[in-house]
Amino acid sequence: MIVSIASGKGGTGKTLVATSLALAVSEHASIQILDCDVEEPNANLFVRAPIESAEPVYIPTPQIDADKCSHCGRCAEVCAYHAMAVISDKVLVFPELCHGCGACSYLCPESAIVEANRQVGVVEIGYRGNLELIQGRLDIGEPMPTPVIRKVKTYADRQRDVIIDVAPGTSCPVVEAVKGSDYSILVTEPTPFGLNDLSLAVEMTRDLGIPCGVIINRASLSRDNLIEEYCRESEIPVLLKIPFDRDIATLYSKGIPLVERETRWRNAFLDLFDALKRGQLYVAYNA
Amino acid sequence: MNEIVIISGKGGTGKTSIAASFAAIGESKVLADCDVDASDLHLVLFPTVVDKGEFWSGKKARIEEGECNECGLCQELCRFNAIKNFKVDHLSCEGCGFCFHACPAGAIVMEDVLSGHWFVSETGYGPLVHARLIPGEENSGKLVALVRQKAKALAEEKALKYIITDGPPGIGCPVISSLSGAAMALLVAEPTMSGVSDLERAVGVCNHFGIPAAVCINKYDLNEEIGREIERYCSQRGIELVGKLPFDEAFVEAISKGVPVVEYSKGSIRNEIERIWETIATRVKKQ
Repeated sequence: MIVSIASGKGGTGKTLVATSLALAVSEHASIQILDCDVEEPNANLFVRAPIESAEPVYIPTPQIDADKCSHCGRCAEVCAYHAMAVISDKVLVFPELCHGCGACSYLCPESAIVEANRQVGVVEIGYRGNLELIQGRLDIGEPMPTPVIRKVKTYADRQRDVIIDVAPGTSCPVVEAVKGSDYSILVTEPTPFGLNDLSLAVEMTRDLGIPCGVIINRASLSRDNLIEEYCRESEIPVLLKIPFDRDIATLYSKGIPLVERETRWRNAFLDLFDALKRGQLYVAYNA
Repeated sequence: MNEIVIISGKGGTGKTSIAASFAAIGESKVLADCDVDASDLHLVLFPTVVDKGEFWSGKKARIEEGECNECGLCQELCRFNAIKNFKVDHLSCEGCGFCFHACPAGAIVMEDVLSGHWFVSETGYGPLVHARLIPGEENSGKLVALVRQKAKALAEEKALKYIITDGPPGIGCPVISSLSGAAMALLVAEPTMSGVSDLERAVGVCNHFGIPAAVCINKYDLNEEIGREIERYCSQRGIELVGKLPFDEAFVEAISKGVPVVEYSKGSIRNEIERIWETIATRVKKQ
């Protein structure tokens, strides 16, 4: 089963939830955690899996063979990203705009374009007990996280359970990370910001046709109703509440996994994962 | 006119709380919300929309059923695995147009995509430019550029001194688009292991693009040891530390009440944020 952990709003506790689930389950079974927040990967601060191997992530970008090029301009014409321009007898390539689609090299009438790999990030793999960690890291200054996310996801092993830690937001990198999941856990906080961004994340999972449930982090009796009411109306189950608690925040700040410190939280995350696997959390909240 | 962009790397460190506070404190400014796929600034500024428009950006391929002779070339060529069974998966298509150019039957059309909406609003604290990317859409960087362009035009038209920009989390496309050409970036950090890792990557992006940076540590007393580590990091890198804010429920309460935290908590929190604003405003004026 593939479970992605998303949120809309940043800093609501995605990594806390993703690593708690993965670490709790890994005590009994083999599981993977994919850190698809490749702009700011943090899961391994909690998992602490020694990295054993790494694979660079490349985008194939065009290189012009000046001897063959007739400066016809076809490459610049077909490039949807304006990554190429032909100025009199010169072809300019702007590699950071290139998505690596391959149209220019295929369509060049002179076969004057070959592709060279340009590194934009890296995928690293580590193990800790039953837990396999695969994390992507976008190189600083690179705008496009999607190729790195795509590469991380090629490691997903459907024979096992897979937890995916996703970036905040609801745009294309988030969709790339979430799509193909069997279930999405959306982590929120009981504030108007949390609610607004949760509703956007729900819209995204519904577009993708992925069932979802909500975890309320920094829960507080006086404020939770805001999220609970929305979840009731939208027929989304509230899976778990993690209280607004200075001790939990302090453990998090030190990179100490909550589930390793407190048995009750380990059990709570194990129970949640069991319920997910048994398909019990697809029912409406009120049912 | 000087543009100050508030970013953080990590989500949920308090960017929007600080942007809203600057909105309440600062004189002569336009506000811009560049977190276009999870924008929240409007939830504490209560804007009245005075102008709005659609944001059409990029294209997606579509196969015209009657025209397609099912040769399969498009499926073979598409590097984004966006074509299966002679249908284009809207969510995987990156709009490169390779299939459109290559199709021997001319059966593929490229269609414009509505990716979001932009708004120019009035608030009690001055004009606000904001936007909403449709969940799952691409081109958030281009929408950010559009928001900034409109904010700049407004500032020029009304002869306003500052643009205060609430930036997105991460280090990728929308962050780079928010930063380019800005007078200064204010990085909101939190004293957690994730916060440190994300701050370093955000500083890396500022350096990469030559944007002067300053740091404010939020939730300072959550972990004073890591707080001091961030201070040391800043002083080693020659990055100005402009202020420290406490881990205080006032931030959450203010969001719940829908007001900037400086309007909710008039004591030491307001004083510190005022001091931060003065420091930054003075610095950008000198540049």
